[in-house]
Amino acid sequence: MRWACILLPQLALDGVLRRRADPDAPLALIAGTPQRRVLRAVNPAARALGLRAGQSLTAAQALTRDFALAEYDPEDAQRWHRFLAAWAYRFSSLVSLRYPNALLVEIEASLSLFGPWPRFEARLREELADLGFRHRIVVAPNPVAARVLVNAHDGLAILAEEPMRHALGQMPVERVGFAPEVATAFSRMGLRKLRQVIALPRDTVARRFPADVLKHLDALLGERPQPLDYYTPPDAFDVRIELGYEVESHQALLFPLKRLTSDLAAFLAGRDGGVQRFVVRLEHEDHADTLVPVGLLSAEREPAMLFELARGRLEQAQVPAPVRGVRLLARELPVFVPAHRELFDERPQQSMPWEQLRERLRARLGNEAVHGLRAHADHRPEHAWSVESDAKAGPAPPTAPRPGWLLRQPIPLREFSPQILAGPERIESGWWDGGDVRRDYYLIETRWGQRGWVYSPAGETGNFMLHGWFA
Amino acid sequence: MGAVVALDALLHERRVWRGRPAPQPPSAQPTGFAALDVALPTRGWPESALTEVLLPVDGVGELQLLWPTLARLSQAGERIVLVAPPYLPFPVAWQQAGVDLRQVQIVEAETRDALWATEQCLRSGSCGAVLCWPQHVDDRALRRLQVAAESGQTLAFACRPLKASANPSPAALRIAIDARPSQLRVLKCRGGLAPPHPIPFTAH
Repeated sequence: MRWACILLPQLALDGVLRRRADPDAPLALIAGTPQRRVLRAVNPAARALGLRAGQSLTAAQALTRDFALAEYDPEDAQRWHRFLAAWAYRFSSLVSLRYPNALLVEIEASLSLFGPWPRFEARLREELADLGFRHRIVVAPNPVAARVLVNAHDGLAILAEEPMRHALGQMPVERVGFAPEVATAFSRMGLRKLRQVIALPRDTVARRFPADVLKHLDALLGERPQPLDYYTPPDAFDVRIELGYEVESHQALLFPLKRLTSDLAAFLAGRDGGVQRFVVRLEHEDHADTLVPVGLLSAEREPAMLFELARGRLEQAQVPAPVRGVRLLARELPVFVPAHRELFDERPQQSMPWEQLRERLRARLGNEAVHGLRAHADHRPEHAWSVESDAKAGPAPPTAPRPGWLLRQPIPLREFSPQILAGPERIESGWWDGGDVRRDYYLIETRWGQRGWVYSPAGETGNFMLHGWFA
Repeated sequence: MGAVVALDALLHERRVWRGRPAPQPPSAQPTGFAALDVALPTRGWPESALTEVLLPVDGVGELQLLWPTLARLSQAGERIVLVAPPYLPFPVAWQQAGVDLRQVQIVEAETRDALWATEQCLRSGSCGAVLCWPQHVDDRALRRLQVAAESGQTLAFACRPLKASANPSPAALRIAIDARPSQLRVLKCRGGLAPPHPIPFTAH
């Protein structure tokens, strides 16, 4: 097995930065008690202003005031950690969150699918950069060694035991994962590189140091297997973005919405699933949340499509108060079946398949706006059609000519004495379901030359009601 | 006597109109009416373009005119979209006309959204024909439909009241239907002069 360790050196900061529209603006994360606020992490722009992690907030504000502040939230960092594990899960079934701020991914089994390691690595880096996370990647034959080597290296790929021992031997003792007092003791003994520690006789190490030290050494060198808990993806997607300000126009919500939908798409790609129904919750200060449900006819996971559909629904939503947070919830995650495409498509510029077009129309016009048409075997015109495409399409009963256009509601014919071309045709049906109909239908021609389909109550001629046009 | 100008050079500058441009390639979309096909310069509907059907009143034969085309397209598996039709299509009659109802989709929309939906359907290229009933449209909206039909390579039909014939239109073909006598008048056709005489329309 070969393990790639992806170290995320500023996970909490990246998690905050990717929510901001302008990630290059100076930003500092603060933590600590209210009496003593301390900068926890700073981004490069803030570092250029002279801010450092560990500074007190007062000292930082004495230097400059041109930087944004955000609260450091350990929960938030963990949430991003899990999100990245879900992302990594699409590349390997063995992903571990054992170390904070780092992902362990078993890659050997994935190489045949994702190509040789350099290509695989390039893809991982590209996707992480797109997601907005800074990272370092190292590959080693065992997970502990990978985690230790990533402390000092980036892009290192060691595939065999011997070079791994050599590379580990070069590591300074402080950075190989010993407890701080153990590392201090080693360096005071004059052992500065791990190589020197490995060269010590085992019994003396066992006598002078806690048992953990030898265990850790053995795990590093791969002589003692390291048990890992593997990540299992959750069955629902629930991500929330808190806005630091009140938003009143939907334009300002589009950026967080885009982040949410692309995160959802990344999550779905990792599960190899799709989403059929999700809810965007807009949170308000002192009102109940506004729910914007987004429903699709079939499972989808295309990020651009999810964003566009959510946007179409969001633009129509009405909110009672300014929005303070956006949350995306997806509970129904059915299996994704890719759309069937023709190999030799007749239309060269077919830019959008019908399914996608239909979703787009439904998103803007409403769920019921697009429908098919089916004939029902019923003599009453009102019941001879249905919008549902699932209805059994029976063959039309052989009848006299019927008009192409049917009025939704019959209206009185304005013309007093039209010319009757054919008729009457008695339609008498429906006594069993309450929709009893007894009418005489006539084909008439108006003085404008229109051919209409009119009826009068059975037995009468006159008081025509217009019911259709023979267009 | 000025300088002698070679005839070829004069023609090459395109300052002389030669009356009849090169004949258009025949259309792959026959209308289903032999007399109309013969009268049109492309021998059929203009492909990937907007066709306007101008009606004096509702129900004078727009379906009779379009049904043969819709039946042919739907039987070939092409999708037909009706955007905001003014009435319900009566399935029995459409089936009797040969239209495969499985290929017919109806989009319900308000006036403004109807134009948007029509444009989306045309642009997507996933439909064989798109029918719309624009009520109050200006030249710009029609041009958008025309461009969308071109980019999606789709047949577009717009049914409009006859009084719109007074205004110019970017449609590639404009046909007015007269009820009495029942006839078709081609008001404009791209690629040739409109036929001067009305075409008898005997579908009833």
